[in-house]
This record gives sequence, C-alpha cells and structure tokens, in this order.
Amino acid sequence: MNLKTRFIQPGIPIWRDIRFLRIFSQVIFLILLLSLLGYLTNNMLAAMRQVGLGLGFSFLKLTSGFDIGEHLISFDRSSTYLRAFQVGLLNTALVSFLGIILSTIIGVLVGVSRLSRNLLIQILARAYIEFLRNIPLLVLLIFVYTGIFLKLPRINQAASVLGGVLLTNRGIAIPWGIPTSTYSAFLFILAFDFIVSSLVAVYLIRLGRRTGRAPLTWLWTLLIFLFIALLGWFLLPGSPMILEKPAVQGLRIAGGRQLTPEFMALLAGLVIYTSAFIADVVRAGLQSVSKGQVEAARAIGLNNFQVLRLVVFPQALRVIIPPLTSHYLNLAKNSSLAVAIGYPDLFSVSGTVLNQSGRAVEVIVLVMAIYLLISLLTSLFMNWYNSRIRFVER
Amino acid sequence: MRKIILVLTTLTLAGLLVAACAPAGGEPVVQTVVVTAPAGTPQVKVEVAQAPGFGETLTAVQARGNIICGVNGQLPAFSYLDPAGAMVGFDADFCRALAAAVFGDATKVEFRPLTTQERFTALQTSEIDVLMRNTTWSLVRDTELGLNFTVTTFYDGQGIMVRAADGFDSLSDLEGGTVCVQKGTTTELNLADVMAVEGVTYTPATFDDVNATYGAYGEGRCDAVTSDKSQLSSVAKGALPDPDNHVIMDVTLSKEPLGPVVRHGDDQWLDIVKWTIYATIAGEEYGVDASNVDDQKATAVNPEIKRLLGVEGDLGLKLGLTNDFAYNVIKQVGNYSEIYNRSLGESTATFIPRGLNSLYTDGGLLYSPPFR
Repeated sequence: MNLKTRFIQPGIPIWRDIRFLRIFSQVIFLILLLSLLGYLTNNMLAAMRQVGLGLGFSFLKLTSGFDIGEHLISFDRSSTYLRAFQVGLLNTALVSFLGIILSTIIGVLVGVSRLSRNLLIQILARAYIEFLRNIPLLVLLIFVYTGIFLKLPRINQAASVLGGVLLTNRGIAIPWGIPTSTYSAFLFILAFDFIVSSLVAVYLIRLGRRTGRAPLTWLWTLLIFLFIALLGWFLLPGSPMILEKPAVQGLRIAGGRQLTPEFMALLAGLVIYTSAFIADVVRAGLQSVSKGQVEAARAIGLNNFQVLRLVVFPQALRVIIPPLTSHYLNLAKNSSLAVAIGYPDLFSVSGTVLNQSGRAVEVIVLVMAIYLLISLLTSLFMNWYNSRIRFVER
Repeated sequence: MRKIILVLTTLTLAGLLVAACAPAGGEPVVQTVVVTAPAGTPQVKVEVAQAPGFGETLTAVQARGNIICGVNGQLPAFSYLDPAGAMVGFDADFCRALAAAVFGDATKVEFRPLTTQERFTALQTSEIDVLMRNTTWSLVRDTELGLNFTVTTFYDGQGIMVRAADGFDSLSDLEGGTVCVQKGTTTELNLADVMAVEGVTYTPATFDDVNATYGAYGEGRCDAVTSDKSQLSSVAKGALPDPDNHVIMDVTLSKEPLGPVVRHGDDQWLDIVKWTIYATIAGEEYGVDASNVDDQKATAVNPEIKRLLGVEGDLGLKLGLTNDFAYNVIKQVGNYSEIYNRSLGESTATFIPRGLNSLYTDGGLLYSPPFR
C-alpha cells in the first residue's frame, strides 16, 4: 500500500474523504488560532510602540526602591526587581508548602471522622465540611485577618500564653531554638542518625516482604531516629540549641520565631478552606472501597486501625490522588488572594513591581509563567506519586 | 453544504492573515484621509502627516459623548461617593471642569474608580481619557510609562501620622516600628528612601487599597501610617473611629505635586487638559467666579478676561473646543478657589490650609500662563 492509497481512497473525491477532511480541519483550526494570536500580539506591540513603550526584561536589573515587609532572603530598597520577584516567589512557596501539608493532615482527619460511627464526631466533621466549603475564600481570608488576627492585643499589651508564645496583632512570636557552639557537631550526629534509620527502614521493609507480616515500618524508623537524636543531644558537652523566648522590645518583638498576622491569616484561611474540600475527597475515596474488602479484612482478624491502614487506605488512595492534586494546585493559586490582606506573596510583590516600573506586560507574563511552573511541578510530582501507588494489574 | 463552510473558513482565514500582517514596523504613522470626491471623479487620497495619536482623544471623546475620568473614588475631599451616590471632591470637580470645557456640560463625565495599581495601565490602554487621581509627578512616570503630566492642581508633601498617645516626634522615634503604606505608590518609595537616609530600621506593611491601609493602622497593626499630607488629614477625619487621637508628625518626607495625567502622543488633548486647569486658576487671578461670570462676560473691559471668556479672540478654537470653554468651566464648576473651598475649605470637615496652593500673588505656587 503506497502513501497515496493510504490517504485517498480510489473513487472518492478528496473533499469528501473523511480522513482528509479530519486532518484538513485540524490544520485550518491551528492556522486560525495562530493567526488570531499573531494578530493580538501584533496589535499590542503596535499600540505599545505608539505610546513609546518597549518590551524587554532588562528592567529586572534595576533598583526596586521599595521595602518588603516579609522576606526569607535579604531584601532592602537597593535590591533589584528580580530580587523582589524572588522574595515574592519564596513567600508564595512557603505558604503553599505549609498549606498543602497542614490541609492534608486536617483534611484526612476530618474525612475519616466523617465516616466515624460516633455520631457526634460524624456531625462535627460534616458541619466543618459543609460550612467551610460554602464560604468564598476571599471572605474567609478577610474575616480571619481582620476578625481574628488584627483583633489580637496591641503590642504594648502583648499576651503571653503557653509558656512564652507572644500574641499581638503585630505578629505571633513563638520561642525558637538558637544554635550554640555544639550545633555543628549535632548536625553530624543527625546525618549519621539519618543513615542508620534509613538502613533500619530498608531492613524492616524487606522483613515485611519476606514474612508477609506488615511491621509498623515508619513508626519504628521514626522512633529509632528520635532516640538517636535525643541521645546525641544529651551526650554532647553543651546542648546544641537553646530556647529563646520572644519579648517585646520597644516597638517590635525581639527573639523567637515571628509570624506576621498576614502570613498567619493567609495560611489559616487556605488551610481551613482547602481541608474542607480534601476531607470530602478523602471521604469519597474511603467509600469507594467495596464493603467486601472491609469484611474480608475483619474476617482474617485485623483490627479497625489495621483495616484502615492496610486494606482501605491503599485502595482509596488511587481514587483520592487525582482530585487531591487539583486541590493542591488550587491552594497554590488561591494563595494569590494574599494581596487582599497585604501578605507579600508573588502576586502582591509583582503588583508593586508593575506599578513602580510600569512594565505591565512583562510583569504579567512573568507572573503567569511562574504560576504555571509551580502548578506543573506540583502536578508532575503528584502524577509520579499516583503512578507509584497505582493498583498493579497482572 | 460542507463546501460552503470550507470556502467561508478559508476566506475568514485569509482576512485574519491580512489583518495580522498589517500593523508592522516602527516608521512614522501616516494618517490616511479619504476625501470623497463628487460622483464620476476617482477617489483622491490625501496623506496628512501627523504625530501619532494627535487629536484622537478629543475625537473619541466627542463621538462617545462623555469623558471617562479615572479617579480614586475612596479619598474623602478628593474623589469619593457622597450619600446621594454622586462622585464629589476636588479631583472629581476637575473632571467636571474638563467635561464643561469639551461639551459645555459638566455632567458629561463618567467616573472610573481605580486603585493605585490599576491607574497607569488603565490610562495606557485608553480605558480612561484622563487620570485625575492624586498622582504624583515624577520623571520615571513622565517618561517610561508613556504618560504626560499636565499641570499640578495640588502641591502636597508626604507626611506620617501617628497616635498622639505614643508621643513620637521624629522619624528616629519609629526605630523598629511598623509603618502602614499603600502599595505601588511613590509614598512607598519615599518611605524606603527617607528611612534609609535616617538609618531607621522599620517594617513596611503594604496594602492594596486605602481602606485596608487605614483599617490596619486603626487596629494598631502599625505604629504609623504614611501618605500625602492631604490624604492623611482628609482620611483621618473620615476613616478612623477616633480622628482626634492621631497627629501628623511635623516631618515632610517628599514633594508631591499632584495633577491630571494623559497619554503620550496626543498633544491636543494634553493642551486641552492643561488650559482647562489654567482657566480655573486664571479665573481666580482675575476675580471671575461662578456667580459673576455672566456679568463679566457682558461687561468686562479687561482684554485678558474678554479673551478668557471667549468674548474676544478664538483661543478656544485653537484648542479644538468652542470659544466659550473657559466660561463654561467657571460658570458650571467654578474657579480654582471655589473648587478648592468646596472640598477643602474652612467650612468643610476636611479643611486643609491653602499654603502652597495659593496664587503666586499670595505666596503660593499657582500661576496661569497668559491667555492670549
């Protein structure tokens, strides 16, 4: 069969050949799309030329001239716009990362509680899900920020609770360890500890495979890790870290780890909002496991916890992961609502950069590209995880 | 049937391709004016070389039938909604003055409230015709943003407001403190500059809109709030629950000349905005106000007043407007002192002494070039 007869059937005119038409319509659509995009871009460039604006990213090297309230890397008014973007990106990454972890933990707990046979727990979990899922996130954020974190005591009346945690509406400060001279030695011990406990984990996994019994691998590994770490801590001549309690010093809080009300409000808002969705995903996943599986597991003498851990959860995960991924992506993107409560995340900082530099197109393109990258990376990781836990079909 | 669709699609495609290729190159724009000749003769194309955009704004405004004026919308005394839902204030009145100049009708204006961040993009993309939103004139904005600043309508300076009970007198008292500031403003930049010069470490807390900024300050999130002094005094009296407990420190952080902004490239529109404002200033200089403008128009002997009000000469026509544009402005909106006193005068709750915003003859900076 040569190429011609593969595409064109004898006797049928080319414009009625369904295979030709299929390809042709795709090509037409592609050309239409490209020319539309080309037209829009060209139009924008022409308009920008008309008002004397150029396009380019060299402005990123200019001095920003503004200060940012929260920065994980050093930043002051003489730093560049690029640096400002990095500060914003790191702030977004921090709040998204912590948000994903916390909302997963709370979501799983609430999701499992939702199926509890204890009526009170079940109703509480159900109320949590239904109530929080139905409030717009922006409203929730503003409520949490102005209604809770800004209503904390003013700095001159700072409340000290739980052995040194300072509550003020300028931030929450928690006691935090600061390294001493033996800190580096302790890090060595931790590295050694990590290797040892990894070996233990590998051994336990192999043991589990060989005997067919499932030891609590991760629990034991963690216990061993903590044991060696504690041993190292107390055997060193001086303790490697000392606890520093925060204290009000003039107009600011000195010492400890300080969390601004904006950060706390954003994190809290994102976590309670997303966890409500995750709880429902978890609930659906658990219910997707057929009842026969649970009954069979009980029949061979597993207790409730074992049924959940060994039979239900591994199967439920396959259903849970894909929607969970999209909730993670939502959380990362929703973090851009930080702009409403003044947390300097990527979107908020880029807004300032846009305004101070006047480079609207470049800044917006950059921000979209970065959010796309964050989402793609999250998605990539979750897909990898999904393929790992997928049911192995024989 | 399918054939027809195919042909149509191809045609659309061809059209789009042509459109996509059309606006290319950075060569000077040549406006092509098609003159319709009497029937029988072929059409003649007359090419008129013009700077890009010249006259475009006025044509668009007249075709639309109103002026779209970008304002703050949340700043008492400058532009905010009154209980009846009308946009009022100093900036809003200058929008009306512009409508009076262009249409002879001060009501033909549409107000578009904008945040500090939206304002320049809105102007660059022709969402609005003029930006009348307490915007500070600076070199970068004047050049890089593709914008033109017209005339300073309000000479301001940046100040810092603190709680009276805290007893702060100078910037160094704020060492280690937190300062609330609105995002994307020159204020934010000046604060960083001045604090760096003074060697004061501080933390900025930046917010996107006015209410959030003063709300957070009011809750004690910050030790101080910084903005233009006019905004501090007007907002303090409006937004804070206890305005008397706050003082503006006797420190001026910067020069803040505020005034209307237009796009680069349309010099006619730039002139119209400039001379509308000069008309209000000239009105005050010559003692022409809303109450006596009709008398002045009928009986004035001073040729400058006659030219201003369009009795003599054709100054308005040179701007592309009618000759009585200044008369309409003063008649319907008032001269500079009337506009000022309506929003910021002694009888208002947001009184700000005129200071630099007096006529040059009274020791201020207001000065209108001659109307001739």
